[in-house]
Amino acid sequence: MAGTGIGARVERKEDFRFITGKGNYTDDINRPGQAYAYFLRSPHAHAKIRKIDTKKASKMPGVVGILTGEDIEKDKIGGLICGWMIHSKDGSPMKAGAHPALAVGKVRYVGDHVAVVIAETLAEARDAAEAIVVDYEKLAPVIDLAGATKKGVPTIHDASPDNQVYDWHLGDKAATDAAFRKAKHVTKIDLVNNRLVPNAMEPRAAIGDYDTGEGAFTLYTTSQNPHVARLVLSAFIGIAPEHKLRVIAPDVGGGFGSKIFIYAEETVCIWAAKKVGRPVKWVAERTESFLSDAHGRDHLTHAEMAIDENGKITGVRVSTRANLGAYLSTFASSVPTYLYAPLLSGQYNVPAIYCEVEAVYTNTAPVDAYRGAGRPEATFVIERLVEVAARELGMDPAAFRKKNFIKSFPHQTPVIMCYDTGDYNASLAKAMENHDVKGFAKRRRDSAKAGKLRGLGYSAYIEACGIAPSAAVGSLGAGVGLWESAEVRVNPIGTVEVLTGSHSHGQGHETTFAQLVAGRLGIPIENVSIVHGDTDKVQMGMGTYGSRSGAVGMSAIVKALDKVEAKAKKVASFVLEASEADIDFKDGKFTVRGTDKSIDFPSVALQAYIAHKFTGQQLEPGLKEGAFYDPTNFTFPSGVHIAEVEIDPETGITTVAKWTAVDDFGVIINPMIVEGQVHGGIAQGIGQALLEGTVYDASGQLVTASYMDYTMPRADDLPSFHVDHTMTACPSNPLGIKGCGEAGAIAAPAALMNAITDALGHENIAMPATPQAVWKAARASFAKAAE
Amino acid sequence: MYAFDYHRPASLRQANNLVAKNGDAKILAGGQTLLPTMKMRLASPSALIDLGALKELSGIEHKGRNLVIGAMTTHAEVAGSALVRELVPGLAGLAGGIGDPHVRHKGTIGGSVANNDPAADYPAGLLALGATIVTSKRKLAAADFFTGLFSTALDEGEIITRIIIPVGAKFAYAKFRNPASRYAMVGVAVAKRGAKVAVAVTGAGADGVFRWAEAEAALAKRFNAKALEGVANPAPKGLNGDIHASAEYRSHLIGVMTKRAVTAASGK
Ligand SMILES: Cc1cc2nc3c(=O)[nH]c(=O)nc-3n(C[C@H](O)[C@H](O)[C@H](O)COP(=O)(O)OP(=O)(O)OC[C@H]3O[C@@H](n4cnc5c(N)ncnc54)[C@H](O)[C@@H]3O)c2cc1C
Repeated sequence: MAGTGIGARVERKEDFRFITGKGNYTDDINRPGQAYAYFLRSPHAHAKIRKIDTKKASKMPGVVGILTGEDIEKDKIGGLICGWMIHSKDGSPMKAGAHPALAVGKVRYVGDHVAVVIAETLAEARDAAEAIVVDYEKLAPVIDLAGATKKGVPTIHDASPDNQVYDWHLGDKAATDAAFRKAKHVTKIDLVNNRLVPNAMEPRAAIGDYDTGEGAFTLYTTSQNPHVARLVLSAFIGIAPEHKLRVIAPDVGGGFGSKIFIYAEETVCIWAAKKVGRPVKWVAERTESFLSDAHGRDHLTHAEMAIDENGKITGVRVSTRANLGAYLSTFASSVPTYLYAPLLSGQYNVPAIYCEVEAVYTNTAPVDAYRGAGRPEATFVIERLVEVAARELGMDPAAFRKKNFIKSFPHQTPVIMCYDTGDYNASLAKAMENHDVKGFAKRRRDSAKAGKLRGLGYSAYIEACGIAPSAAVGSLGAGVGLWESAEVRVNPIGTVEVLTGSHSHGQGHETTFAQLVAGRLGIPIENVSIVHGDTDKVQMGMGTYGSRSGAVGMSAIVKALDKVEAKAKKVASFVLEASEADIDFKDGKFTVRGTDKSIDFPSVALQAYIAHKFTGQQLEPGLKEGAFYDPTNFTFPSGVHIAEVEIDPETGITTVAKWTAVDDFGVIINPMIVEGQVHGGIAQGIGQALLEGTVYDASGQLVTASYMDYTMPRADDLPSFHVDHTMTACPSNPLGIKGCGEAGAIAAPAALMNAITDALGHENIAMPATPQAVWKAARASFAKAAE
Repeated sequence: MYAFDYHRPASLRQANNLVAKNGDAKILAGGQTLLPTMKMRLASPSALIDLGALKELSGIEHKGRNLVIGAMTTHAEVAGSALVRELVPGLAGLAGGIGDPHVRHKGTIGGSVANNDPAADYPAGLLALGATIVTSKRKLAAADFFTGLFSTALDEGEIITRIIIPVGAKFAYAKFRNPASRYAMVGVAVAKRGAKVAVAVTGAGADGVFRWAEAEAALAKRFNAKALEGVANPAPKGLNGDIHASAEYRSHLIGVMTKRAVTAASGK
């Protein structure tokens, strides 16, 4: 499509800045008189702190201050919070242990924050940190997820003597058990959803600044949601009231969820800035990112599917144990519950579903939302179940899926969600065609001739995005509403600034949001700029995650644009001396219907500010409107991904030979940006399935704490993706957008593991399917064949 | 990183003098191993002596029956050298498979050899090829030079100046990369010179690079992959195991990679 409106492949406006090194990241910012923070971290997974001796360290050159948990307690600064209340089966609230920003009395994972040293230079801060003497009394650590709540295991938090955070469930147990009793066939699987380290390209960073003249704080931080950070730091942690606390999240280099949360480091930097009377800067080293960014996933699951004599799914029963790490991170409790179990119906008509989730503490880094958050875990469960069931029944996996697809909408699942629209058959058919599934048999034979094993796997995923209707999430335990805000400011010459509560950290909002505004107002896209990431500029907002910025953030902009257009029509009616009802707005022009009298948008903007053509009593001057948009439903992006792999059984190396994605994201704003989001998501999903294994040893040391041992996907690990779309517009928001940011990461692991198990001829392999794991599995497969 | 002094001598003589004067100084070549170690505060030399300006340590030459490579030659230079590609193409391939482009444009053959990382590629290649390591003091056969994990025959302050590689062998290197670091998880270099065959294995040995005598004997009789079929892989007992590969898997991979190297060396 030509032009720059919705649907056009507009090049990203922000890329010039990024590619030429002109981005403005937190580490690019320096405040006058700034000092540097270095965090002394726990070398032990679990230990009591008997004493912290800072005497020698505090006399070291350049030291400005050394602060510990005792100091932060004395100042009555609150601990970090978890903002989503989950109740156990018996109605009791989750057992949340305290989460001090600097450890008090005890450390609970390797990397936990023991003290902060603030010095003139980073090197001096590190030198002094080395001179701090901490007297630890080592305690036995709890590392193994399966055994975390066994009798006699050490207690991590007194609030939860058996390390269980909650024991939650969703769905109708009796109805589900009944479905299993009546089932003709039951498929059972055990799955590990491996723990991932987020690895944003830009590590986390923070600068705390305190203005003694104004008595006001400014925090520069790598956040996906600066307003939520301000709310939490103000209302819960107690740094300062909101009007005395400004949070700026400038350019942010990737988040994937890990920068939603309010961490110890930014809390300490902003508090310490006043305490030591200097701006305080901290930038994570890569090792610190590995140790202390909230990790993702980490589930153990047993799942069962009941199927009747006609090959119809009649029930799904899931039992999951989720690792939440050593403390509850900001949204940790919601991820394995309300972001997970409500998606267990997948794309299928399943009459009965029951899911129970036991969440536990371990002496490992906190676990929270990571690209997809709960939904990749759900898709992995349901899509592995479906694939294995089809194989057990001797049915073609695509045909089995088709037979069980939901075909009429709206569809109420037994687990909260009401799917509004979709056409799952269309995506499957298009994916099979694009992938040349018909040619697979020949490709498999060719591989076999070369001594290779070839496999094909599907993943028909669904996700709940556009997070989320405030009242709905409130009823499920969320501490906040999940609306979004926008303000459209039209300048006198007709250029526009859009203030949004969404935050861009790679998504390309400066382009896509501008496409919406330029198209709607009929002005050049260059004349639109997007303002975000500063609580002094944008009044309030909920930030970016859960593929919500298009569906929710842009909907708020549409609402504000509606108001701008209505006001502009009024101005035009005065200028054109016509009745407001007779004025049409199209292609950037206001026209009096049935005449050739017209005026363009910039001229109306000018008239709105000159205000010569009307009196203030008739119409307020100016052209600026704001809106809050609260969605009425989640959105439900869905699609089908097909993975094809070739395995070298001699070495165990898996090559991803072919990848086809057909996604239904509703209306697409910018196909190029959407393709980029899908590519990145699939890369992350392939990373999870093939490469990324997070390993703690039995003592709680993170073995994979650098790229020497943690395998990030690289370009040459990936095939060229074939990406295509089907489209059913989302009925619940004005633009028909469903969201696309997480789809790839949600769909990919199941598709890939289905392909690998297809190639191997058995199911016994866990993620990540490293060469060693595949080699072992292939050997087992050959041994079986030889029997 | 801790503070340190920095020297950039203009000649090998100056470099030798600086080394003699600065007891706990370290020689800096490409810095790809040394600088990360210093940043992590695992090494704290009082001074760095940068060999970057030493003309006598650079360049690739064909001298008689040898290829002579200056110690400061980067992996990218070896990989891209027309001379190396013509005379020992397998060595150009080895250098081209080290790390990533950044590492190949900074890391040097001298640094790699001096470091003798048990997962590095050059030690296997040079051992199989029967290379000679020339230093500021003497000449050492590769077999005498690589003495164990991260250890070599180098004396304190001894500087590697050149590597001499005899040409004319059938040679190939087959590498199974560690999926994360992309160092060799198992790398096998095979060289056949006349009737003599050398098989050197890196990435796997608990004591670093080693020769695989049984494979050499079998291949000396018949130089093709089939000759290895009856040969038992090196026992897992003397091999490394880690989260990426158990000793058993490494043992298996040595067999596979050796076959692949033999096939490549015989030009098939
Ligand atoms: C990300 C990454 C990936 C890598 N992947 C691989 C790989 O796949 N395969 C592989 O083989 N290697 C790999 N390396 C290592 C790299 O190839 C370098 O060869 C290696 O780091 C050492 O070379 P350098 O020139 O950087 O030496 P430096 O780091 O400068 O020095 C290393 C050591 O050698 C000493 N030294 C250096 N030059 C001399 C000399 N002339 N005489 C005496 N002593 C000397 C130094 O004092 C120091 O102790 C990788 C490195 C990185 C960072």
